[in-house]
Amino acid sequence: MTRPRVYKTEAIVLKGMDLGEADKILTLYTPYLGKLSAVARGVRRPKSKLGGHLDLLTHSQLLLAQGKSLDVITQAQTLDSFLPLRQNLWLTGCALYAAELIDRFTAERVENPALYRLLLNALNWLIQTLDANLTLRYFELHLLELLGYRPQLQQCPLCQTQLKPTTNFFSPAHGGVLCPSCGTLEAEARPISLNTLKVMRYLQGNDYGIASKLRLDGGLAKELETTMGGYIRFHLEHEVKSVAFLNDLRRQEAKAHPFGPLSPGLRQ
Amino acid sequence: MNLNFPPLAEPVARLMEEFHKLPGIGPKSAARLTYFLLRMPESQAKALAEAILAVKEKIILCSICQNLTDADPCSLCHGETRDPSIICVVEEPLDILALERTRGYKGHYHVLHGVISPMDGIGPDDLKIKELLARLQGGTVQEVILATNPNLEGEATAMYLQRLIAPLGIRVTRLARGLPVGGDLEYTDEVTLTRALEGRQEL
Ligand SMILES: [Zn+2]
Ligand SMILES: [Zn+2]
Repeated sequence: MTRPRVYKTEAIVLKGMDLGEADKILTLYTPYLGKLSAVARGVRRPKSKLGGHLDLLTHSQLLLAQGKSLDVITQAQTLDSFLPLRQNLWLTGCALYAAELIDRFTAERVENPALYRLLLNALNWLIQTLDANLTLRYFELHLLELLGYRPQLQQCPLCQTQLKPTTNFFSPAHGGVLCPSCGTLEAEARPISLNTLKVMRYLQGNDYGIASKLRLDGGLAKELETTMGGYIRFHLEHEVKSVAFLNDLRRQEAKAHPFGPLSPGLRQ
Repeated sequence: MNLNFPPLAEPVARLMEEFHKLPGIGPKSAARLTYFLLRMPESQAKALAEAILAVKEKIILCSICQNLTDADPCSLCHGETRDPSIICVVEEPLDILALERTRGYKGHYHVLHGVISPMDGIGPDDLKIKELLARLQGGTVQEVILATNPNLEGEATAMYLQRLIAPLGIRVTRLARGLPVGGDLEYTDEVTLTRALEGRQEL
């Protein structure tokens, strides 16, 4: 897509890297230009008119000018800074995890308006959620679907038989759940309980408003997270870095408040 | 790396490459600095080279506050002139210089050497947090001022430290966040405005 010399877009700030004395290179996610890198000049100075509108995870309306290598942000106005999210450490971590998935799974300048909408929704859902883990699992399943990696949860992708209500096998390589007879022959496939399979189908097949009413017990939440994590790692071919921080917060929380969570979904 | 210059004498090309590795230095600035050095008197060039070696050889981290120093403990930790009951926690050594310029703070410091940045794989264990917690044992410290930057990662780091320190019964404060001097309400983002409102003061 050719861009005019000056153009407008809304964007969510995914990442930032310091450049020179006061500038930053930002990674932005936009609805119709996909992911793009742009320079924000002077944003690290306290008096910058741009700075506060371009912090990580801010949803902003931007004006950009084409530059020699990178485009330059000339104006920025916050649409939503998701303040309740940045005031909660656990939710901040969850939102950064969502942003990292978008950054890792997308290429520069490939538009995917539905994926943009999903990220924007996820940031709002996290503010309201009663279980941030469930919200992240919903986000992961629909992110994978919008990227063309929708896991097959009804039929065994190898023999095409309808899956039976029993323990089956999840196979990242075959993109779905294998029946027991196929699954036991695949070394990389892991057992998946019937309940976890049902939850995945429910999250995959429903709007967030309905799906978010699910309540998962600790064991189920853990199995779901492990299953989804394995599938995501298979496609990314490496770890999602912010997972380590989420696990760190969980460990700390378990030590500090052994009898109950303080933040939605912080404890499993 | 190819800097697209006509064939250069090897030492010149090498120096340019070294400059190019520095933050904020592109190929053009690297060339400009290199030619500037070429015209410099030899004594001055030697002084520069020795100064670079000296910071690498003589500068260490203070075993108490983790600031850069050539003597351990550093001059800020050493001696009786500063108040040991307050520690101000900053991201980088340069932040200490900025706070010292105010001449308004007489407590001690602690340098984290970074902020929590989950997407870059930088977690609490990569910062000087264990060293900070060790300083809080023993009952001397009454207050910890969290002076990380007022952006998402700085706030996350402050929240993380607050959760660790508050249970120790030590007062935890955060630098007030508000409108910058010379700033303009019209251009101020809602996060800054919200916090400026929260921190409003009686006139
Ligand atoms: Zn099968
Ligand atoms: Zn020191």
